Amino acid sequence: MAKKLKLSELGSMLSDLDVEALEGVHIEGDIELELDSMGGLNPQLSYMLGHETAQIAQHLINISRLLGYPVDQLLGATGLAPTPGVTRPQELLRAKFQVNRIEEWKNPIQEVTFGATSSDGGTRKSTVTVGGENALPYYFDSPMPHRNHITMDVFDMPIGMAKAVKANYEDVIDSPAEWAKKVVNDFGADMVTIHLISTDPMIKDTSAREAAETVADVLQAVDVPIVIGGSGNPEKDPEVLEKAAEVAEGERVLLASASLNLDYERIAKAANDYGHVVLSWTQLEINAQKELNRKLMKQCKVKREDIIMDPTTAALGYGLDYAYTNMERIRLAGLIGDNELSFPMSSGTTNAWGAREAWMVGSPLKEDSDWGPREYRGPIWEIVTGLTLALAGNDLFMMMHPGAVAVLKEITQSLHGSLDRDAIDISNWVSAEV
Amino acid sequence: MKINSPLEVYKYLPQTNCSDCGEATCMAFASHLIDRSLKLEDCKPILEDKFKKKYLELGELMAPEIREVIIGVGEKAVAVGGDDVLYRHQLTFFDQPAFAIDVWDTMPEDELIERVKFIRDYRKFYVGRFLTIDMIAVRSTSNDPARFKETVSKVMENTDLPLILCSLNPEVLKAGLKVAGKSKPLLYAATKDNWQAVSDLVLEYDVPAVLFAPDDLDTLKSLAGTFLEMGREDLILDPGTKPQGKDLRESFENFLKIRRAGVREGQRDIAFPLMAVPMTAYLANDDPVSASYWETVLTSIFSVRYGDIMILHSIEPYALLPELHIRDTIYTDPRTPVKVDPKVYEVGSPGKDSPVIVTTNFALTYYTVESDLASNGIDCYLLAADTDGLGVEAAVAGGQLTGKTITDGFNKDNFDFKNMTSHNTVILPGLAARLQGDMEDTSGLNVKIGPPDSGRIPGWMEKNWPPEVKS
Repeated sequence: MAKKLKLSELGSMLSDLDVEALEGVHIEGDIELELDSMGGLNPQLSYMLGHETAQIAQHLINISRLLGYPVDQLLGATGLAPTPGVTRPQELLRAKFQVNRIEEWKNPIQEVTFGATSSDGGTRKSTVTVGGENALPYYFDSPMPHRNHITMDVFDMPIGMAKAVKANYEDVIDSPAEWAKKVVNDFGADMVTIHLISTDPMIKDTSAREAAETVADVLQAVDVPIVIGGSGNPEKDPEVLEKAAEVAEGERVLLASASLNLDYERIAKAANDYGHVVLSWTQLEINAQKELNRKLMKQCKVKREDIIMDPTTAALGYGLDYAYTNMERIRLAGLIGDNELSFPMSSGTTNAWGAREAWMVGSPLKEDSDWGPREYRGPIWEIVTGLTLALAGNDLFMMMHPGAVAVLKEITQSLHGSLDRDAIDISNWVSAEV
Repeated sequence: MKINSPLEVYKYLPQTNCSDCGEATCMAFASHLIDRSLKLEDCKPILEDKFKKKYLELGELMAPEIREVIIGVGEKAVAVGGDDVLYRHQLTFFDQPAFAIDVWDTMPEDELIERVKFIRDYRKFYVGRFLTIDMIAVRSTSNDPARFKETVSKVMENTDLPLILCSLNPEVLKAGLKVAGKSKPLLYAATKDNWQAVSDLVLEYDVPAVLFAPDDLDTLKSLAGTFLEMGREDLILDPGTKPQGKDLRESFENFLKIRRAGVREGQRDIAFPLMAVPMTAYLANDDPVSASYWETVLTSIFSVRYGDIMILHSIEPYALLPELHIRDTIYTDPRTPVKVDPKVYEVGSPGKDSPVIVTTNFALTYYTVESDLASNGIDCYLLAADTDGLGVEAAVAGGQLTGKTITDGFNKDNFDFKNMTSHNTVILPGLAARLQGDMEDTSGLNVKIGPPDSGRIPGWMEKNWPPEVKS
């Protein structure tokens, strides 16, 4: 009776047996241990079957050795040992790397589409879809169905901006329509956000009706999907967004935003009545985000495909750790089945410009080393803030600096796997003259 | 860590409640071991012979999933790896990624020394401490052992930062070790082609080493297994950092795979710290600003996802600042409180003519404002209003910072403007400008609006202080 036993078979054999039962195993006849795929005693096997199994494998090796089989030679363990007590293998141990996918990620993130073309009752030339993920972004467990998208900020009045940002918009700062055209045509924005900040009673108190006209102008000027933002005044925003939603009927805009500190029911109703998407905005608090999403769905009857979340973006160095972890927790909770959190996310990445490192000429502290030129510091602050949140699961980025937009697009699309670039040989990077 | 409850740890402890460790009970000590805020060696009795077996067993059970590797000696030595979780909120990440900036052995000597000093001295103040660069990577671009040795000597004359000796030629590495061998440098790197000669050096000098196998996890694992067989545990793995396109995605995936295998699946033979080399950005970009930007982007990616040590090239501040901040962001312990006590703080030695300034009790906001004031020698009173740890902008939007909450803050601390000040004036943050009317009505004080960023307070003071006192 000759039997050839491979270690891989040993694995399946042992998995069917109790360890105790193995004590009765008798080794008879022509057993050949084929050790080619040893891989350091195959840790996957050891891991699965536990420590006992590894010991049994060791016993089998010992038995082989007793039988006179040259097992040590195959293991490379009989090499010369110049240092006492140190094993010196003659050749590399063979190994196979293996890792599993995450089985718990079973609950896909909701897909949400912005914009409507003529076939869907709108006038947009193209639409943008985000969400649909089955894994953390760019993970190998499951491909990410849609790349990240960027919507660029346009304001309905001149506002204070960091110098590096302002330089790009001086020619269009008085015309939201021209501004919108510029970000789409020159800077490659996927979408445009029109911020109706002049409606704030503390600023200009522009009427909702006038603000709606600005929205109409922007819709006329560009054919990408748009986001409509209020001024952040909780009393005024519902009225402003209602009127804006009405004038944009059928265009499937994103209304920014519904939050717990204003009358979110009115925002939700405006979205439902005129066919738009609601931005559900909370402040760095996962439970508040659940609560608001629940209210939008249950109380306001907003459909799942009409909700996207903004869990708040804090700038690099100014709370990005909370923003990052908050988003990562939200995404992980969604993936394992929390349907109150399984929505795509949006980030107000422009907030990065609030960091003094982004805009100040130099450090206010004498103890600091040189901060270098601010025109390079600002955009990279926006990029790193956005990129960090992209890794946490953020889908849509609201941004401001064209250079930052270009780099964030390049990096998120590289990680997404949708960019072909020249292969670079890194095998001898260490001696490269750069 | 193989165990996760204080009760399981307690079984291995002496159970005498001697409190020599500073904790009242062994159980309390056990919970500190679980959250890794105390070390097993802080328990003196367990180091005695009679507990030796338990000490060793517990040490093994409590070892982090990813091995911790020490590079360098003395105060500047760095620890890398040591992680137990895949996401920071599950506990915290330990041992922030060590940043090494490169120098090379074909540099003119004056440039070399200037660069080393720059790396050694670079610092950025942040929340009560300085963010700094940890190491220097000496690369051999000459492939000449004598030249490399001389460069390593020059570097060591000018800094005690730990070194990475970088060459794929074992003769060159050996020359470097002749001068740096006693300061535990990291060797870069052993590959499938040179591993035997490099392992000779590792054993002879007892130093940590990087195993480098670009885009080939099987070979990387083979190398690790082979070095483990030789009894070496202080290993770092470099799966390759491809700088762009689909190859970058593959490199990113490799980091995810290795770390998942180590932390989640307990594959000990791959559970080592990982090295990323963002300076490969320079192989893909000719323009120095683009290269520097791209290097910053790669550093950010691998700071978030599992890079434990990195080699960088750019010394532009616009690259260093975000790099230092992103790693601090990810490695800040999420368990530490984010608030300071809400009360009136004294900055310097304030008197009746000193300004009274309002900020919030979000730790980051408070420390930023406090350091701006202190660093510029401004004596003042600073109220950290109770916003439940929110920053100014968020607290104004969310209603936690109002005329009433600010007034309550002063009252609670018995801060009476009539007695304490000559000006009856309070300064609100620029980002809280909309509270001016509310604050005047609630408090009856003169309310001035400061700049939106506390870094501008010195300039603001020149124009606005002392205030014209209304009668």
